[in-house]
Amino acid sequence: MTGAAEDSTTALAQTPLNALHHALGGKMVPFAGYDMPVQYKAGIMAEHNQVRNSAGLFDVSHMGQARLSADGDAAVALERLVPGDIVGLAPGEMRYTLLLADDGGILDDLIVTRLPQAPETLFLVVNAGCKDADFAHIDTILAGAARLEPLPDRALLALQGPQAAAAMSRLSPDAARLSFMNGADMAVAGVSCFVTRSGYTGEDGFEISVPNSAAEALARQMLDQPEVAPAGLGARDSLRLEAGLCLYGHDIDRSTTPVEGSLRWTIPQRRREAADFPGASIILQQMADGPVRRRVGIRPEGRAPAREGTEIANQAGAVIGAVTSGGYGPTVGGPVAMGYVQRDFGAVDTPLTLMVRGKALPARVARLPFVPQNYYRG
Amino acid sequence: MSDMKYTTDHEWIRVEGDSGVIGITDYAQEQLGDVVFVDLPDVGKNLSKGDEAAVVESVKAAAEVYAPLDGAVLEINEALTDAPGLVNTDPVGGGWFLKLQISDPGQLDGMMDEAGYADYVKGLG
Repeated sequence: MTGAAEDSTTALAQTPLNALHHALGGKMVPFAGYDMPVQYKAGIMAEHNQVRNSAGLFDVSHMGQARLSADGDAAVALERLVPGDIVGLAPGEMRYTLLLADDGGILDDLIVTRLPQAPETLFLVVNAGCKDADFAHIDTILAGAARLEPLPDRALLALQGPQAAAAMSRLSPDAARLSFMNGADMAVAGVSCFVTRSGYTGEDGFEISVPNSAAEALARQMLDQPEVAPAGLGARDSLRLEAGLCLYGHDIDRSTTPVEGSLRWTIPQRRREAADFPGASIILQQMADGPVRRRVGIRPEGRAPAREGTEIANQAGAVIGAVTSGGYGPTVGGPVAMGYVQRDFGAVDTPLTLMVRGKALPARVARLPFVPQNYYRG
Repeated sequence: MSDMKYTTDHEWIRVEGDSGVIGITDYAQEQLGDVVFVDLPDVGKNLSKGDEAAVVESVKAAAEVYAPLDGAVLEINEALTDAPGLVNTDPVGGGWFLKLQISDPGQLDGMMDEAGYADYVKGLG
């Protein structure tokens, strides 16, 4: 039997929680240059269910955190790089947006928060595998217009699940008052943190930016709460896939535009009319004409998972796309996938054929997300 | 002493006369994690030693199971279709994969016995 393990001989970076992962029996794998837990003793399925039913704690300290400031509102500067409404963020409010290349390709996806205590300053969280390139890109394009300050001295914890607020409120009474996609500075178990009500699982939850030096003690306090158990990257992947959320480098990348990625909702009317973001002419043209391919949800009809790279064919057997994320959805109780299909095959319930190990397996285009979102709207 | 033989790829084979039942070891299922699907070969298929005999899918990944010796597939474990988790809960019992008609019993000689396999796994750390 082979294929179960990943190998790496290169030196891996560690997050401030590395020792804790080992102490908790984490099965460590290389991910984006970091030594990260794919699962703990409970296993991916149990950790996934823990997050859907109670609460799970993830270490996402490998992600890139940074502050962007300017003389005046940093949002004006950042809008030169992204198609979202950043200027319109209220203090404390946060938004998902995309770093775009000049041809409309996606360089990364990120979350931008307008800091409540310094409303002309933005807090950015970008993908681990992209952070060096992102920060260099932002520095280069916004040179003279804004100052980027990476925050490598901060860890990031994600507490996710329907019981996350109950657990969190014992450590920080203010946290439960946050609405979804809002953040605030607050003490958590006595430590000054920046807490947002957000996540990557489709569940209610929090992301807590904490100084590296206090991260392990805070994580242990969270794990001491009766609702909370540790969850690894494996569960994070199955949770986000069921929630229909993109994984950069798989579901979206340099070769896909926001329109192809079914992310046109990230481009508000004001930005469309101004056409003042990178790749605007290509992106607006695709919006008008419809893209030649786009990202859809896919539900295989049998039990076999269709993994990334699986070819998608139409009923006549012609290849019309490929799976970009696929696996088993523990909450769905069956295989789930996302992928790109050609124009005319994107409507919900369109029959597709997945070519898995030479066998043609039936599937259908499915509505995303696969499981209902459970966000706290306040 | 059991009549179980083991491969370095973590398959086991239980010899029953001129046939052998094949599965993956407890160590292998532990490494894989929660099994959600097992793709089994058609009955009657002729396998050569080293051929892909089955594919086992966990939540996170797919792994190939290789034929430990030459032979034709006599039977497959249909129970895995509805209960793939048997591979995790009972890997050397109800979680068996397939039964092979052994065409060259001499191929068994190169395999580890239970004690040899236990030492081998210990050596993997």
